[in-house]
Formats: sequence, structure tokens, C-alpha cells
Amino acid sequence: MLNTYMLEPSGLKINLNIHKYFLSVLSLLFLLITWQALAVYLDSSTFPMPVLVAKVFWQACVTGQLPYHLGMTLLRLIVSFSIAMLFGCAMGIALGRNRKLDAFFDNWLVIFLNVPALVTIILCYVWFGLVESAAILAVVVNKLPNVIVTIREGTRALDQDLMDMARCYRLSKRKILLEIIWPQLHPFVMGATRSGLALIWKIILVVELLGRSNGMGYQLHLFFQMFDVASILAYTLAFVGVIQLIELLILKPLDQHALRWRR
Amino acid sequence: MSAIKIDILNKRFPGVGEATGHLVIENLNLTINPQEFVCLVGPSGCGKTTLLNIIAGLDTDFTGEISVGQVTKKSKIGVVFQNPRLLAWRTVRQNIELVQERFQNAELIDELLDVMQLTVFQNVYPEHLSLGMSRRVALIRAFAVNPDLLLMDEPFVSLDAPTARQVRDLLLLLWEKRPHTVLFVTHDLREAIALADRLVFLSAAPMGFVADIKVSIPRTERNNEQAIEEFRQQLMNEYPAIKQLI
Repeated sequence: MLNTYMLEPSGLKINLNIHKYFLSVLSLLFLLITWQALAVYLDSSTFPMPVLVAKVFWQACVTGQLPYHLGMTLLRLIVSFSIAMLFGCAMGIALGRNRKLDAFFDNWLVIFLNVPALVTIILCYVWFGLVESAAILAVVVNKLPNVIVTIREGTRALDQDLMDMARCYRLSKRKILLEIIWPQLHPFVMGATRSGLALIWKIILVVELLGRSNGMGYQLHLFFQMFDVASILAYTLAFVGVIQLIELLILKPLDQHALRWRR
Repeated sequence: MSAIKIDILNKRFPGVGEATGHLVIENLNLTINPQEFVCLVGPSGCGKTTLLNIIAGLDTDFTGEISVGQVTKKSKIGVVFQNPRLLAWRTVRQNIELVQERFQNAELIDELLDVMQLTVFQNVYPEHLSLGMSRRVALIRAFAVNPDLLLMDEPFVSLDAPTARQVRDLLLLLWEKRPHTVLFVTHDLREAIALADRLVFLSAAPMGFVADIKVSIPRTERNNEQAIEEFRQQLMNEYPAIKQLI
């Protein structure tokens, strides 16, 4: 009797997991079928069937075109994302901890938050030329205010009791930052990371489309001029796949590691 | 460590907008001798925690002067707050190691964990501990720095009676082993008599000095409930002003 009682919850969990897995496969299958049905019904060159997209995808992979352009975009993403997060976190913590600084720069933040992405991109290219650094800068400027605002909120919500404890015991600045502030900021950093990746993905394509001669944005622009919808969809699929991989292989494990102490 | 001299003219919490604010402490003069165990007794809300924060250096917004001996970076302060204030993302042991800034002393931690009966829990996250256990961890953390001055803010509040008694005995044991100055805030007179060399009674807000009494019960008799009760009765009769505070 005791045994069954002990076993039940975990058994139930496995069951639920299989159930969830099955459901997500089913929903994806349904999406594919709907796509196929629509393509057959419309019978248009601008709405290709899934099989054709898969074929194009395979071709692009074999020729090395897709990995090259995807790689270029990923590289830009990593560089601009790292810069934006690094400076954003530093500035966010500074503004969250210092009221005068915050009051001074608050207007700047509001302005930069509301400048349209396209404007910063165009200005960066006009002022600095059609070069790599201008492209990176354009992405960073678009992303930075978001990170600052999120981290600032997190810093304002820091537990004052713990800060007092740290001051009483005269902990070093380094320890306070690493042991007390950073763990509390973690959810906010993860939030900024997720929303940041989504934002940068969107902006980086426009940046490439306007001023670079490689990368996903450049390729999509090319396909658009040729009305090559199958290629556009193939590249999109690769894109979505990469995001899923980042989420599964990097962000989820980070989350789990940081929250291991939670009940 | 030399004596602690407290001389606060006034401490005021600012009011909102036009309000004049709230006067918490007024004309408080107090000297605490080295290696003395002093209990501050007063009604709740009278500003004892505020006073401790001022002594700990957390609150500098007051008129007056505090001299904590040679407050250098060398003199170490251990603090036990009303709530345990442990880092939830660090294990019990890591929480204690955290405050041992320049001198890692694993033996001392082992010994303290053993005395507080927490050795088996040293690699557990605080979320899994009961409040009583968390409080004991906070005590260990305070002792782990080998403090010259130990500030304690009602550290045994909301502990059940047997645990409180047990932890109180441990506190005395550790203090006798390595004497240092202790400032212990409480509103429980029996607890104060059982622990202190000296009782300092404080009035309700604005907090001021009421009485300063040496506890004459010898250290060996501190577990004797009857002796403590007798001393308490005697106090109440001799100082009627105290009656209103408790």
C-alpha cells in the first residue's frame, strides 16, 4: 500500500510528460498538414509545399550558402548581444543604485527607447559608413536601453536587509556584487536575455538588408527581389531552429542551474 | 576593544510632505564597557532596532556621536538580526564562510556547527531549514568572524521555549569561552536577566534612558528559574518605572 502511494506521483509525472510531448508533436503535425492543404488548394508559386521548402533547405545546406549566411548573422548577434548585455547590466545597476544618476539619465532612456530601430540603423550607416562596426553599433544602440531598464528594475528590487547584512559584516565590493546582487538580478538578466535575443534577431536582419553584403538579411532581400518564397521559408526554418537550440541548450540549463536552491 | 560611548541628541524619521516626522531617540547617553554583556530592554517599537542600526553604522542620519572604541577596519562586528537574513542561493556552510572575509577558519565553523547541532545540515539550502535552525545559522555566522562586538536584535523571538533556552545556553557558552562585548536587544525581562551583566531599560518613543541595573545573580545560578523570578520581582518593586515598560 505504502509502495503504490510512493510510486504514484512519479508515475503520474512520466505520464504527463509523455502526454505533453505527444501533444506538441501532434500540434506541429497539424500545422504541417494545414500548410500542405493550403498549398495544394492555392496551387501558387508564391506558396510552396513543405516538401519543396525542405528540398530547397537541403540544397542551401549542401552548397554551404545557408550555413555561411546564418553563421555571419549569428556572429553579429553574439558580438552585439554581448556588448549590449555587458554595458546594459553595468549601467542598469549603476542607475538602480544611484538616485541622482537615475534622475539625470531617465529622460535619455525614454528618448532612446522610443527612437525607431530603422532611424538608428540609417543614422549609424550615414555617420560611420557601410561598415561592420556601424552595423554592430546600430544593433547595440537599439538593444541597450531595454537591458538598462530591465536591470534597473531588478536593482531597485534588491533586498535591503541582505545589503545591510553585507555592510555590517564589511564584505568587499566584489563579494557584494557577486554573492548578493548578482543572484538576485538573475531572473531580470534572463528576462533581458530572452527579450533581447528576440529583439536583436529582428533588428539584425534589417541592418544586414540595408548595409551588408552577407548574412540572413542580405539573402532574404535577394530572395525577395526574385520572389523566391521557398528559399525565404527555408531560411526562416533554419532561423527558428537556431533560436530553439539556443533556448534548449543554453538558456534552460542556465535557468535550472541558477534556481537549484528553490524548493 | 575599548568602551563604546553612545551619545545621541536626537534621531528623527522624516515625515511625509508637511508632517514633522517622528522623533525616535532623544538624549540617550550610554557607555558599554569592554567585554560586557548588556541587555537593552524596552517596549516594542521604542527604537531599539534603530539604536542597533546606528551602532552598527547602517544609519548615519542622526545628531550626536557614537564611538565604538577604535572603530577600525580591524575591529570585527557580528550581527544577529531579527530575521535570519541568510542568502537563499548559498548553502548553510557557504553562508557562514561568506562573512569570513580575509581569514578562512574552517575549524571554527566545524566547531560552531557541531555545538549548534547543524553539522548534518551544512550543505543544505536555507529554504529547507526551519526558522529555529535558520536563526542558529545566523548565530553561527555572527560567531564565525570572532567578533569584538556582537549586536543581537531579539534573536530568539518566535522560537519555541525549549529551542530558545538551548540557543541561549549556547550563546553564554560561546561568550564565556571567548569574552567580547555583547549588546542584546530584547523585550523579555526574564531572558535579559538570565543573560546579562547589566540591564539598560529604555522608555517608549522617543526613546530615552530609564534605568541601569547590574544583575547580581552569579553566572552559575543563571539556569535557576527561581533566582531569576526573584530578581525580577525585586526589580519591579524597587523601580516602579520599569513596570510600565514591560
